[in-house]
Amino acid sequence: MTGSPPAPPPAPAPPAPAPTRDLLLPPKRRPGRGESPSASAWRDLRTRPLVLACTGVLLLMALMAAFPKPFIAVLTHDSGRCELSDSRVGPSLDHPFGFDLQGCDYLGQVVRGSRPSLVIGIVVTAGALLLSVVLGLLAGFYGGWVDGLVSRVTDVFFGLPFVLGATVVLVAFPDHGLGAMTLVLVALGWTTMTRVMRAQVIGLKDADYVQAARSTGARPLRLMTRHLLPNAVTPVVVVAMLNVGNVISGEATLDFLGVGLQYPALSWGLQLNAAQAYFLDFPHLLAFPALFLSATVLSFILLGDAVRDAYDPKLK
Amino acid sequence: MGRYIARRLLYAVPVLLATTFLIHAMVFVLPGDPIQGLAGDRPVPPAVLAELHHRYHLDDPLVVQYAKYLGGLLTGDLGRTFTGEPVADALTGRWQVTLRLGLTAWFLETVLGIALGVWAALRKGRWADNAVLAGTTLVIAVPVYIVGYLAQLLLGVRLGWFPISGTEDGWPTAYLLPGLVLASFGVAYVARLTRASLLENLRADYVRTAGAKGLPRWRVIVRHTLRNSLIPVVTFLGVELGSLMAGAVVTEYVFNLPGIGQQVFQAIQLREGPTVVGITTALVLVYCLANLLVDVLYGLLDPRIRHDR
Repeated sequence: MTGSPPAPPPAPAPPAPAPTRDLLLPPKRRPGRGESPSASAWRDLRTRPLVLACTGVLLLMALMAAFPKPFIAVLTHDSGRCELSDSRVGPSLDHPFGFDLQGCDYLGQVVRGSRPSLVIGIVVTAGALLLSVVLGLLAGFYGGWVDGLVSRVTDVFFGLPFVLGATVVLVAFPDHGLGAMTLVLVALGWTTMTRVMRAQVIGLKDADYVQAARSTGARPLRLMTRHLLPNAVTPVVVVAMLNVGNVISGEATLDFLGVGLQYPALSWGLQLNAAQAYFLDFPHLLAFPALFLSATVLSFILLGDAVRDAYDPKLK
Repeated sequence: MGRYIARRLLYAVPVLLATTFLIHAMVFVLPGDPIQGLAGDRPVPPAVLAELHHRYHLDDPLVVQYAKYLGGLLTGDLGRTFTGEPVADALTGRWQVTLRLGLTAWFLETVLGIALGVWAALRKGRWADNAVLAGTTLVIAVPVYIVGYLAQLLLGVRLGWFPISGTEDGWPTAYLLPGLVLASFGVAYVARLTRASLLENLRADYVRTAGAKGLPRWRVIVRHTLRNSLIPVVTFLGVELGSLMAGAVVTEYVFNLPGIGQQVFQAIQLREGPTVVGITTALVLVYCLANLLVDVLYGLLDPRIRHDR
């Protein structure tokens, strides 16, 4: 004992600070608080003007691809026939985009050309997403030789240069329809997403909730589909969103080079290919498909960026 | 360090084998008989057909063809084109064009990309930053051949600053415009990557410490922050070295440059399997070596990643 004065009685507890009260009381439903991360990301997205603009552009393009006829009927005087005497005539009031090389109404052709681009962009991304989620789950979950095999195959496909790889395969198909293009673009487009998915699964598979599920007897299939998949898939979906624009751009490049869709088909890439010899004298042949293609790709990229920012603010 | 490089080299071997096999298999299943294709509509005497099939190993099964090709590759023989010329000879006079184009683009990408990225990061939120962000997004979204045509139209025809096609003017005049166009996507990507990485590191504790020690601001940025921020950029630039050579096919097509890309394209249209495989293999080799170089540079830039155990 040192003869020090006895410790003062403990001060009366201060009034409970706000956070504690918040913990004790049921949460008030305020907008923006207490909602799930995905709901808040969704709310964040809806309030941005750029996102609305991009969505608007894409909706317009999608409507054009699905129902080209009303657009053409309203916007131009396309008789449905092509007169060679109209070849390469510039824009006018009756024909806002002018005429193409064959003398067809160019606005009609450009509107009809939206379909292959959008279909390929979405189908290819969906296919590559599915493939990479399955492969990434298997490789990340089982590890060992499964992981080794998947990773080495990924390395090989990752090592193929896009244009050269696509060209070599496409020439191997007798006719380059939409189906062949889709297969080739999926084959060259799944690697990055697979790597992301595998890394996500490896990071999550030892988490407590997975261990808990495993110890209660959950089978691998259930662990993968119910526990790992929903928690690991978000970054992969974001990469996929960013990828749609690249796929559309890549498809148009192959069309442009002449190894993609073949002539009777209509697409922006083919129109650009036809325009290349004449664009110095007839710039409208280049300008309109280029504008439509670039607007679509730009909208997908900006939308993908916005989705990534909304789901992962620290990447901003 | 030496052991690390050796391990990376060994690791590249199976990837190279599988890639060459994949390309070889795809070319093998190309439809049609290439010998008949050479003759067009005229009939080929069966004896000639058999002799040519034998000479180019076309009568062997796929695996045997591949093994023979691989054996030739190990002795430095890239195969022969269907006109009988060695593929290696067909590449002479071509690869210099592609290499010059690729390196010009790579140089522009490195210098312009990093400079723009640093400029934007140091002026975050002001007009310079916003202009770089908007401009790079636009360049990423517009396909490279459209950028090429716009450049030809504006800088070549209207302003007359650059020649718009061919290589008669030699390096660097003839290569500046195609190089810039080929680099445009990469410049945008490098600028965004540098900006994001630099911004993240400028907030780090060690940067505040360096500033608090009284170091001049440029020294803090160049020696402390930029050095660490360039790691993702170096990775991208390494991968780009290979991609630029491969992606040059579009640019060579637009600017009519007689490089490898243009030749691959002609070979595919003529169904000259060995030419395609030979050239593509060379490109894949460049790609793998560039990745190896990047991994080594990684270790030099960031001691934490020096894998030598």
